[in-house]
Amino acid sequence: MSLDPVVLSRLQFAWVIAFHFLLPAFTVGLASFIAVLEGLHLATGREIYFRISTFWIKIFAVSFGMGVVSGIVMPFQIGTNWSRFSDAAADVISPLLAYEGLTAFFLEAAFLGVLLFGRNLVPRWAHFVAALMVALGTLFSTFWILATNSWMQTPAGYEIVNGRFLPKDWLQVIFNPSFPYRLAHTVDAVYITTGFVVIGVAASYLRSGRFVDEARTMLSMTLWLLTVLVPLQFFLGDAHGLNTLEHQPAKLAAIEAIWDTHSRVALNLFAIPDEKAETNRYELAIPDLGSLILTHDPNGTVRGLKDWPADERPSPVIVPFFGFRIMVGIALVMLGVVVASLWLRSRGELFDARWFLWLCTLASPLGFVAVLAGWATTEVGRQPWTVYGLLRTADSVSPSLTGFDVAVSFAGYCIVYLVMFSAGFALMVRLIRLGPAEAAIEPDAIESGRPQHPVQALPSTGAGGRP
Amino acid sequence: MSQPVLDFVPIWTLILGVGVFLYVLLDGFDLGVGILYGFAPDRDSRNLVMNSIAPIWDGNETWLVLGGIALMAAFPLAFAIIIPAVYFPVLIMLLALIFRGVAFEFRYRDAEHRTFWDRAFNYGSILGAFAQGVVLGAFIQGFETEGRHFAGGSFDCFTPFSFLTGAALVFGYSLLGAGWLILKTEGALQDWARTLGRLSLGGVLIGIAAVSLWTPFLKAEIWERWFSWPHIAILAPVPVITALIAYWEWRSLNNRSEAAPFIAAVCLFAMSYLGIAISLWPMIVPYKFTLWEAASSEATQAFLLVGTLFLLPIILMYTGWSYWVFRGKVRGDLGYH
Repeated sequence: MSLDPVVLSRLQFAWVIAFHFLLPAFTVGLASFIAVLEGLHLATGREIYFRISTFWIKIFAVSFGMGVVSGIVMPFQIGTNWSRFSDAAADVISPLLAYEGLTAFFLEAAFLGVLLFGRNLVPRWAHFVAALMVALGTLFSTFWILATNSWMQTPAGYEIVNGRFLPKDWLQVIFNPSFPYRLAHTVDAVYITTGFVVIGVAASYLRSGRFVDEARTMLSMTLWLLTVLVPLQFFLGDAHGLNTLEHQPAKLAAIEAIWDTHSRVALNLFAIPDEKAETNRYELAIPDLGSLILTHDPNGTVRGLKDWPADERPSPVIVPFFGFRIMVGIALVMLGVVVASLWLRSRGELFDARWFLWLCTLASPLGFVAVLAGWATTEVGRQPWTVYGLLRTADSVSPSLTGFDVAVSFAGYCIVYLVMFSAGFALMVRLIRLGPAEAAIEPDAIESGRPQHPVQALPSTGAGGRP
Repeated sequence: MSQPVLDFVPIWTLILGVGVFLYVLLDGFDLGVGILYGFAPDRDSRNLVMNSIAPIWDGNETWLVLGGIALMAAFPLAFAIIIPAVYFPVLIMLLALIFRGVAFEFRYRDAEHRTFWDRAFNYGSILGAFAQGVVLGAFIQGFETEGRHFAGGSFDCFTPFSFLTGAALVFGYSLLGAGWLILKTEGALQDWARTLGRLSLGGVLIGIAAVSLWTPFLKAEIWERWFSWPHIAILAPVPVITALIAYWEWRSLNNRSEAAPFIAAVCLFAMSYLGIAISLWPMIVPYKFTLWEAASSEATQAFLLVGTLFLLPIILMYTGWSYWVFRGKVRGDLGYH
């Protein structure tokens, strides 16, 4: 078997970015949640918000640290493995990435230290401002990175000179056609992901009767939020889909595994796309529904994959096809959780129905699966291009790399990420088991490197209380 | 390329130059602290050593990301040639930084594997520093190019010279780390940092001397730059000033001054940095492409410059504030609470 540097570089990129993506998918939402809790604590003075916030800050610290180190890897990937892409597209995309660094990373980094270690060193309001700045930083970061990604999906505002993309209109570059939809869809997705983790943790405390007050507050607050965000996601996703139909029709054809262009397209619930035969096997479809959903018109025409030469179709089709179905399937489960919560709330049984608490616990990792499935759908759907329709993935890879080089580096990333992510995951599970009460008793010290402290008498409550 | 209306290249060179230097200093001292960490006598002192950088390392490492991206934004051709050419040193650096970075939280939370995370922190810091030194060595040696691409092999960057620069940088970062620890600690631990600082200084001086003697033999261009008249007269003060700073560093490590060892180490780095800049100017891909040839379009440089000039002072302000919050000696009994 010969090692292909292009295929291996794609796999390596997919590996490092998939793992990296899991962390912002959690920390962007969590940062906002912590800022809200700190704000509520500041406004109401209620101790419970402080306990919940302190608890989540500890989990945030572990996941944010992992997000930082796995994030440093990303810009270097573009240089090490995709140097021809860098040479061609840097003039347009690198300022966006640089603005991510300037607006987001430093904001996060500088205020994170204060958020984690500074509760007793700065006034209460300053600690809240630090939480707010960290949350704002994560959102700025989301903005710029998605602008970059969207430009690769739906490039705009550029001209091509000697094979290189040069900027013509920065507003068009940033607010390219798919960006507003992708941004809204992704931010909602990561908030929902965090929300499901929070209700899962809260539900497992309620099931075992521990930290009941904290768990009730977390569950109730977060379910109200999800009651808005989950239905909203269906509208945002639909709008993003219409945008894809307009700007990336080949991706949409792959998502739906539609081979022939026609009107009154059926909706494939299940199929095994066969790229060689250009058809689907084991198809299970509902007539006309495809056109209705995709074009909002039962007679609408949808282009099929055969409209494009074989080397301009996303491949493997199976990834966007199933990725999309997994994502939508999870969204429906999430909608079920929200509806159930409204019904239980109206009967006053939200905190007592054991089946519902189990459901919340089991659903807690679903957001991550949906986010990864959606990401795989949109990124594989962009193939075989890095800049959609203009620069091929095969022409983007660094020419000096051999398959052996990339195999070695890929193996290195695999081993290190497996060690780091499993250790990090185990630590977060342990922190969750310890729970909020324990978290509040611990002093707010520079924690890394501190030996476990004996239990202290009282939780520290802010600027005055130096334990 | 059309005639530029406004030449942004000098200002971007300055921003990138200062940015990279800031990274080298900031992550340099905390990588250095990680290198010295392995020699700390007991767990209490290890805790103090790590605590001295826990709230700030993350911000320091952010300069690495910004440096990489700023190179890509301002001089994309250099980014596209240099980064693939140092494929494996970059890989080693990134993996080392991952282990080192997560060790801060994991070591504290995961008590039964504390020894493992201690080593991850220590070895990660050493390897990360060494790999950065290899990148530096490879950069001074130059790269094989074809058109706008790197045309050599991924292992070309590993040479005796780049191993020497790698080792020299490990000592250099240790010296910065020792300077930082002298600032942040007191008593026996500070004495320990002074001892290691003296050892590191020895390594640094041998490193600087060996690299300086070797470099003019690497490339005729550098020989020419250093030893032709009148260059030799203009450049002669560089080694003299460096020697004076080294003497100052040695003295301040041995007397009771607390800030001087760190400041002198920064000056040593500044002189070495200046020496490299003088030798290679105006090349950004040494011996192949100048800063102007590798520059991105004016529209790109202008667009980013507007924001950078506005945001950089703000960043420096709040970064300064976070250092201010965690000012003073790091103490064992109370930590920072």
